[in-house]
Amino acid sequence: MAETISTSAQDPSRRDFIYIATGAAGAVGVGLFAWPLIDQMNPAADTKALSTTEVDLSGIEEGQQIIAKWQGKPVFIRHRTQSEIDTARAVDAAGLKDPQSDEDRLVPNQDGQYEPQYLIMLASCTHLGCVPLGDGAGDYEGWFCPCHGSHYDTAGRIRKGPAPKNLFLPPYQYLSDTLIKIG
Amino acid sequence: MRLLKIIATLFVAASLSLGASAVSASEGGELKASHFSFEGLFGTYDKAAAQRGFQVYQEACSSCHAMSLVAIRNLGDPGAPFYDEEHPNASESPVIKAIAAMFTVTDGPDNEGDMFERPAKPSDYFPAPFANDQAARASNGGALPPDFSMLVRARAHGPQYIYSLLTSYEDEAPEGVEIRPGMNYNPAFNGGLIGMPPPLFEELVEYSDGTHASVEQMAHDVVTFMAWASDPKMEVRKRMGWMVMIYLFIFALLMYGSYKAVWRDVKH
Amino acid sequence: MSGYPGYDPKSGFEKWLDARLPIVRLGYDTFIFPTPRNLNYWWTFGAILAVLLMSQIITGIILAMHYVPHVSMAYDSVQHINRDVNFGWLLQPLHANGASMMFLAVYIHMFRGIYYGSYKSPREVLWIVGVMIYLLMMATGFMGYVLPWGQMSFWGATVITNLFSAIPLVGDAVTGWLWGGFSVDNPTLNRFFSLHFVLPFAILGLVILHVWALHVPGNNNPTGVSVKNVDKDTLPFHPYYTVKDGFAIVVFLMVLSAFVFFAPDALNHPDNYIRANPVVTPAHIVPEWYYLPFYAMLRAVPDKLGGVIVMFGAIALLFVLPWLDTSKVRSMRYRPLAKLFFLIFILACIGLGWAGAKSPSDLVFITGANVDGAQTGFTFLWMARILTLYYYAFFMVILPVLGLVEKPKTRPDSIEKSVLKSNAGEA
Repeated sequence: MAETISTSAQDPSRRDFIYIATGAAGAVGVGLFAWPLIDQMNPAADTKALSTTEVDLSGIEEGQQIIAKWQGKPVFIRHRTQSEIDTARAVDAAGLKDPQSDEDRLVPNQDGQYEPQYLIMLASCTHLGCVPLGDGAGDYEGWFCPCHGSHYDTAGRIRKGPAPKNLFLPPYQYLSDTLIKIG
Repeated sequence: MRLLKIIATLFVAASLSLGASAVSASEGGELKASHFSFEGLFGTYDKAAAQRGFQVYQEACSSCHAMSLVAIRNLGDPGAPFYDEEHPNASESPVIKAIAAMFTVTDGPDNEGDMFERPAKPSDYFPAPFANDQAARASNGGALPPDFSMLVRARAHGPQYIYSLLTSYEDEAPEGVEIRPGMNYNPAFNGGLIGMPPPLFEELVEYSDGTHASVEQMAHDVVTFMAWASDPKMEVRKRMGWMVMIYLFIFALLMYGSYKAVWRDVKH
Repeated sequence: MSGYPGYDPKSGFEKWLDARLPIVRLGYDTFIFPTPRNLNYWWTFGAILAVLLMSQIITGIILAMHYVPHVSMAYDSVQHINRDVNFGWLLQPLHANGASMMFLAVYIHMFRGIYYGSYKSPREVLWIVGVMIYLLMMATGFMGYVLPWGQMSFWGATVITNLFSAIPLVGDAVTGWLWGGFSVDNPTLNRFFSLHFVLPFAILGLVILHVWALHVPGNNNPTGVSVKNVDKDTLPFHPYYTVKDGFAIVVFLMVLSAFVFFAPDALNHPDNYIRANPVVTPAHIVPEWYYLPFYAMLRAVPDKLGGVIVMFGAIALLFVLPWLDTSKVRSMRYRPLAKLFFLIFILACIGLGWAGAKSPSDLVFITGANVDGAQTGFTFLWMARILTLYYYAFFMVILPVLGLVEKPKTRPDSIEKSVLKSNAGEA
């Protein structure tokens, strides 16, 4: 054994080079092959193709709230009454924990006008992701999260409790006065 | 040692050809020789032929044959008939949106619990002509029109078989073969008698690119389209295959070099 | 063992760890291990199989993330993997063709073991653990083929599970128990999925035992002559054989890649792209190519129970092979007669595979025609019968008798001498 390993290699640097090149090629190969193994867990093509949802708002009556599903997540769509809108607009946004005016909570339609009666928000408490109770629940008659007691007002803004932010708005746009595309 | 090498070569060759012969064991009728753009190690789908094939499928086949595993958006994926480099996301491609608008799909239930019809979106799958297999059989004299999604790969020598089937109809059966009512004579079909009436005839469709719509041309085009439907990732796969083979070849050379270097001073 | 000083922890941390968890020592003892210096490329298939097993386990775990074991969704979920999942078109064919390549490699590995007498004392347990791995591979491969729920999946499962109904008295009870119903159905698919997932880990455990059992007596070698002088006859496994195995692995991966990327369906049956349909039987039910020799044996016997016994007996023989072969000479390199019968044995196995792929009534060659004008000749049924007989005779008659009557050629005195001699011959 001992005599078989020659210490007087003819060209040790060339040997080292081929070892390093082989090792590097192997490492690159393993690295490249790892990507398919990781990427397969990302959303598949059919899932990505369903990344938008269209909702017809005309069927929602005043004072009524529906939960639409967008990308598998619940979305609150509330047709607010005039008094709810008035209540929300009467608040001084500057004094809020997450200062936003009522109009900041809306998206203009195709004509650039706001449709304040339709409030569209992700149904996920910004604290730890529970679905809040709606239909005037909580101290501010908007939404109330039963998990840890966060109170949201009629514009979905956080007013009391541990949640740090107002209820998030999904990306959406008006396709007509009563048809929206979420996503 | 040489004996062992011969044995090994025989063994590998035999096992592989056995696998292949197990495949060709599934029988059929007489096949016509035909060649397609997607064959071979570098073959790709002839996009123009596949687009014409889609038209043939739409106008001549889709009233009986479903293609339930293919979504409309798939038509615009890389390697697909309507792939557009400017719109890598097929769902945003205007061509795909226009194709989707040709279809009506059933959706629902709505808030009243009723199903309703709406224009298709790119994310929808090709609507099936029949509600279920029973309805399909009832409308086709007891024969079930097979789904097109995997048909090319679900038949031995799929492209040649389907091409032959579409072009081999004969009005007169040979002596001794009786054509029962509702059946048609087609020597490419196993047994010669097929429920499907001849689906193609001269100038059945009008190609917008001016290609003459002969039966052979339409059969060739629709087979190209069906081959894509059953193996939509073929182009991506072959392209990556070449990169992988080149990489492995270089890596093998380096490995061999290392092997020689390690063993240089050892008698073995 | 002067060339193999063993692990010598240098740094303080290495010493600290070695006293608590000698895992570095374990790796060292596993890889810096005296290995005969004359191993040829037939010895690389063990390492190739280890790589393939890991590849199958990794791709399998990934496929299980997307696969749905339900009769109404299994076929669609495999399609979904191939059409929509990122790189699913790569991973699913890699898993399916990887299984085929694993069987190709295991057959070469086993034939190598038989040719060089690697099952003989003191390696009987090593061989038996290997046969157990092969058996589990067969079970795992079979259940995996059922999962895509195509026509061949369904009817293959039906045929194979029906074999157990041949068992006297309890046959029907056993099949009902296997199915969890009155035929192959959703409960069957669910349990096959569960077992297909878990059995590879049992295989992995047996592979560890296999390697352990290899490290006690050490490798056999092409001469079959035991290691006499560790310094002169052996080399450390690393780097000498890691690099040689590595080269062979890369070459084998090229074969696997050729199938995956350029002929993913070559070893598959087109009928398996048709959804499983319990009321339509395919014209020919054919198993995957690696089961074909056994399938031919099953059909070679006119009696159902007899066929099942002959088929399973063919594998059972492998377990007792170390005691059937009476020759004291390990390597057939020095047994001219055994070498000849071994060659015929391989041809018989290939011929059985050929017969398994054909319908028993098909003709191997035509000799004439009968009064009705139909062709007559030598059928695959009879070919399978003759070859099955040879398969059994090889183990039960030829190997026991040859060991007593054959006069072996002169063997080299040591591995080192054989190496030096063959080098001189080449020069």
